[in-house]
Amino acid sequence: MKPSRLTLCGNWVLDRFPLTKLWNDHMAQYYAPKNFNFWYFFGSLALLVLVNQFITGILLTMNYKPDAKLAFDSVEYIMRDVNWGWLVRYMHSTGASAFFIVVYLHMFRGMLYGSFKHPRELIWIFGMFLFVALMAEAFMGYLLPWGQMSYWGAQVIISLFSAIPVIGDELSLWIRGDYVVSDATLNRFFAFHVISVPLVLVLLVFLHIVALHEVGSNNPDGIDLKKVKHTGRRQSDDSLSATNIDIKDERGIYLDSIPFHPYYTVKDIVGVMVFLFFFATVIFYMPEMGGYFLEHANFIPADPMKTPEHIAPVWYFTPFYSVLRAIPDKFAGVIGMGGAIVVLFLLPWLDRSKVRSIRYRGGIYKKALLMFVISFIALGYLGTQPVTPTYTMMARIFTAIYFGFFLLMPIYTRWEKTKPLPAHITHETSLEERIPAFLEAFDEMTEKRPITTSSGTVILSRRPNTKGIFKVITRLAKKLKESLD
Amino acid sequence: MSNQGVDKSKRQFLTSALTVVGAVGTGYLAVPFLSQMQPSVKAMAAGAPVEVDISKMESGQMLRVAWRGKPVWILNRTPEVLETLKTLENELRDPLSNESLQPVTSRNSVRSIKPEIFVAVGLCTHLGCSPTFRPEIAPSDLGDKWKGGFFCPCHGSWFDLAGRVYQGVPAPTNLEIPPYRYITDTQLIVGEPTEETTA
Repeated sequence: MKPSRLTLCGNWVLDRFPLTKLWNDHMAQYYAPKNFNFWYFFGSLALLVLVNQFITGILLTMNYKPDAKLAFDSVEYIMRDVNWGWLVRYMHSTGASAFFIVVYLHMFRGMLYGSFKHPRELIWIFGMFLFVALMAEAFMGYLLPWGQMSYWGAQVIISLFSAIPVIGDELSLWIRGDYVVSDATLNRFFAFHVISVPLVLVLLVFLHIVALHEVGSNNPDGIDLKKVKHTGRRQSDDSLSATNIDIKDERGIYLDSIPFHPYYTVKDIVGVMVFLFFFATVIFYMPEMGGYFLEHANFIPADPMKTPEHIAPVWYFTPFYSVLRAIPDKFAGVIGMGGAIVVLFLLPWLDRSKVRSIRYRGGIYKKALLMFVISFIALGYLGTQPVTPTYTMMARIFTAIYFGFFLLMPIYTRWEKTKPLPAHITHETSLEERIPAFLEAFDEMTEKRPITTSSGTVILSRRPNTKGIFKVITRLAKKLKESLD
Repeated sequence: MSNQGVDKSKRQFLTSALTVVGAVGTGYLAVPFLSQMQPSVKAMAAGAPVEVDISKMESGQMLRVAWRGKPVWILNRTPEVLETLKTLENELRDPLSNESLQPVTSRNSVRSIKPEIFVAVGLCTHLGCSPTFRPEIAPSDLGDKWKGGFFCPCHGSWFDLAGRVYQGVPAPTNLEIPPYRYITDTQLIVGEPTEETTA
């Protein structure tokens, strides 16, 4: 049979570009451990949000004016007069917050399962650079609406650079391009926000993924997978483990692993659906998220004469902002704030434990991580609140815990009593498999009581059962305590 | 094709020379690129002095004017305030303004030319927020120690009504005092130094 024209066209391309090879290397024959769980959604979700930000961002630039006199009104124009402008803008502003939610959870996954540890240090480093670039992108984007929060937020953050000895004042002047935040600042932030930083982000995403695909994905058990001979067809796990030969063959695949496509692409689509459900809910019903995603003071045009009564950065910066406020010295405060980010870069070298996953790590790391999460959230909350002596004291305590988690890590991870690692990847309990247990607990917490309605029919009504609830809660608390040991 | 071995030293020389020339070229190109981001001539020229009429100011009242895009405060201090200022020295970081920015004429304990009229740039020396004017004594949100002053809402720095910073707050120095002088008794000009300071 003669090949069709389409096939010929396809072959013409394939002779000149390694499309099949790329597809196979990174999707169809990229083997990932078979036990990815809930925590593994956030990498692909971050990519989804990045695409969302690109598309909506390009649309926004078509109507936005980067001029101190016109910027605020042009945003209102987008909101009121541009067809679907409100939707595009809310997708962009909600996308910014969603980006940080997804990225924070993605980073936390790394800390849970030790994904930053040998040999994946460089993936973590690229990821941290991505995080820093993302913060720069978000910060510069926040100036563009030219509201009160935009203006004073930029004033504060740029002034951070002036705390650097000797060159500080010159540096902050150079960043602003004027003696105060002004039209020059707005214009250059627009340039950075729409051109420079997005390019950097894309480049870093590329590096992040190339580095990941070089060493392979980590997994919730944090164990290395054995390479076995690639036979070209899928075998059952038993037959794979029977061969059990550790070979360094390029064509070898990992034991207990499945190709990224179609297995994880399909799984990620489920994650995308759930994510979009929440994303759309925020866009359509609570785009300002009670002043957390879009701050109330930013609906007032920038006024260089008056700082709003209460200024706070957008929620994703507040943990670091709290550290800055907690330290009663200008330069030390800036160092503390920068240090809170720098220590994250050092994580692969601070952690001395031989075991990656939290499942087999000692209780001390689990407790330390719990303390860290609590202090990170608490610092985040305190950063949104006005300064009071009590809050300042609390912020100081949580700052100490935050740094303690990282700086004491080389010591406490050495003492750690780790649990024995499994030889193979363990079974990952799916949500579906948990349903019977949930139902059982629900039955225990409620009791059925027959009730006669006004029309005379008898129905079974569930009423909460105090004893049952208490039992379930104590059991849960016991389990939680055990899991921390 | 000659059979002689490759003279690697020549290659090395060419590589080094090209690297050096390239680096120097990049360095030269960096100068216009980087200084392009400095304040423009127009931005530097802006900042004409501002005339302020203070004849209608009542005791305790504060005016805000814009000078070089920055807020400048003119506060008419009451005699009680001037009394309170004398009692605060132990709580301040730099009561005599040794490490703070001000014209010579304002380098005194009340930080002004005339004791009652206080002029200052209304930007916190910490990170540049504009502090709020809180003249009342011991309000509920600031506590009993508050003797009236300027409170920075951003990071909680305290300044007294002479713009002097308290101890234990993030701001490092007292509020900046701009150059200003009196044209007449009730008119002052902000942004133009007095004869004594320029001399």
